[in-house]
Amino acid sequence: MNSAPIEIRGLTVDRGRRRVLADLDLDVEPGVTGLLGPSGCGKSTLLRAVVGVQRIAGGSVRVLGHQAGSAALRDRIGYVTQAASVYDDLTVAENLRFFARVLGAAPAEVDRVVDAVDLGAHADQVVGRLSGGQRSRASLAVALLGSPDLLVLDEPTVGLDPVLRRDLWALFHRVADAGATVLVSSHVMDEAERCDRLLLMRDGAILAHETPESVKARTGTEDVEAAFLALVESGAGPGDPR
Amino acid sequence: MSARVTWAIAVRVLTQLRRDHRTLAMLLVLPCLLITLLWWMYRDVDAATFDRLGPSLLALFPMVVMFLVTSVTTLRERTSGTLERLLAMPTGKLDFLLGYAVAFGLVATVQSLLAVGISVWALGLEIVGPGWLMVIVAIADAILGTALGLFVSAFARTEFQAVQFLPLVIIPQLLLCGLFLPRDRMPAVLETVSDLLPLSYAVDAMQRLATTDRTGEVWTDVAVVAGFALACLALGAVTLRRRTA
Repeated sequence: MNSAPIEIRGLTVDRGRRRVLADLDLDVEPGVTGLLGPSGCGKSTLLRAVVGVQRIAGGSVRVLGHQAGSAALRDRIGYVTQAASVYDDLTVAENLRFFARVLGAAPAEVDRVVDAVDLGAHADQVVGRLSGGQRSRASLAVALLGSPDLLVLDEPTVGLDPVLRRDLWALFHRVADAGATVLVSSHVMDEAERCDRLLLMRDGAILAHETPESVKARTGTEDVEAAFLALVESGAGPGDPR
Repeated sequence: MSARVTWAIAVRVLTQLRRDHRTLAMLLVLPCLLITLLWWMYRDVDAATFDRLGPSLLALFPMVVMFLVTSVTTLRERTSGTLERLLAMPTGKLDFLLGYAVAFGLVATVQSLLAVGISVWALGLEIVGPGWLMVIVAIADAILGTALGLFVSAFARTEFQAVQFLPLVIIPQLLLCGLFLPRDRMPAVLETVSDLLPLSYAVDAMQRLATTDRTGEVWTDVAVVAGFALACLALGAVTLRRRTA
């Protein structure tokens, strides 16, 4: 594939009267890309536009060579929202069997993704009785069904214990090593170090799109949080929305 | 449209119901208890009134109960994000709606077999037409309730608001369906309104089955009820959006 898996040109999104994204250009390469920025900066809106569930006011979003949201993409993208989008009154395995049927994925996929998110011990428990972290892992497992070419994850590691967070990031890298593109958002800057590439976002604008090492070197800082501050204070960043 | 996805959704809805014992009891046991209550109420006064009201109630229960359950469950799908997830997957809008219609249609079959069976064989409800056709009317009626519930759930933000549609959508139909006053004796305007409401046709069908064995007119009523249900499903499909603001 010559073009980037995600190509965004002139993307503009309004939510209510507020312009959340203005004329945004962005290419996302294969590998694990972290989308980092404070709450409310437009991360979820950008991810929704990539998945094709966000109504947009202008511009184009092309994903894997198709317009975002087109029918050809529906079994090639795994998407996890911040809310755990699983059925609380079904068990983990029942949820996965259902979504696997909808996707037309092999039944064996269910066991594979349960193991991938380490929920084997809870597979037959009703989701509503699981902890918040376990529920979001169940939701993540649904996104892994059928080995999608693009994984879009909105804050998948919130509230998880450090060991589990490390394991999930390792999982994201395994998925990416198999050839997929993984786009993960987080508002926790220390997760930045785990990404191949970073997208630092603030007020709907991309402040930086490079490797963690490069952004630290460019700003002369020790960690990504300091780099983010330096970028904000210097007023830097390609494409200011206003 | 995909039969695989439609069936997957139907099986999933039934699995959820199986786990929710209270809702299952409301769907299957409550109609039997209510019809028994009606029988008991009139038992010592005049059995003819039970024969007159019973069939109408057999039309009412499936619609009300299915409306209530469907409006809340589909609203839950909309608010929990599972609907958005399904529509981002290879799920057709019709797959989603038909999946629900199939699941609740199957529940309605069991529900009306129980309610009609108890009325006719245990409580001695006198009917002239065939009992199995009553079950068919009740199923069409239940699917209508499901379709109405799917449609109105688009206009509610919370489960509390969804339940508020019950008095708005159901009670006018209940008042004008001919249960309290034969429809041809209502003021002309109200008679016309009742001609436009689907429950009137379900009640007409049940009352016809109670008093005659002319099944042709009953099938016409069933077709009208089914037509309303299909129209509501089509309207429901319009309210399912892949892209939202």
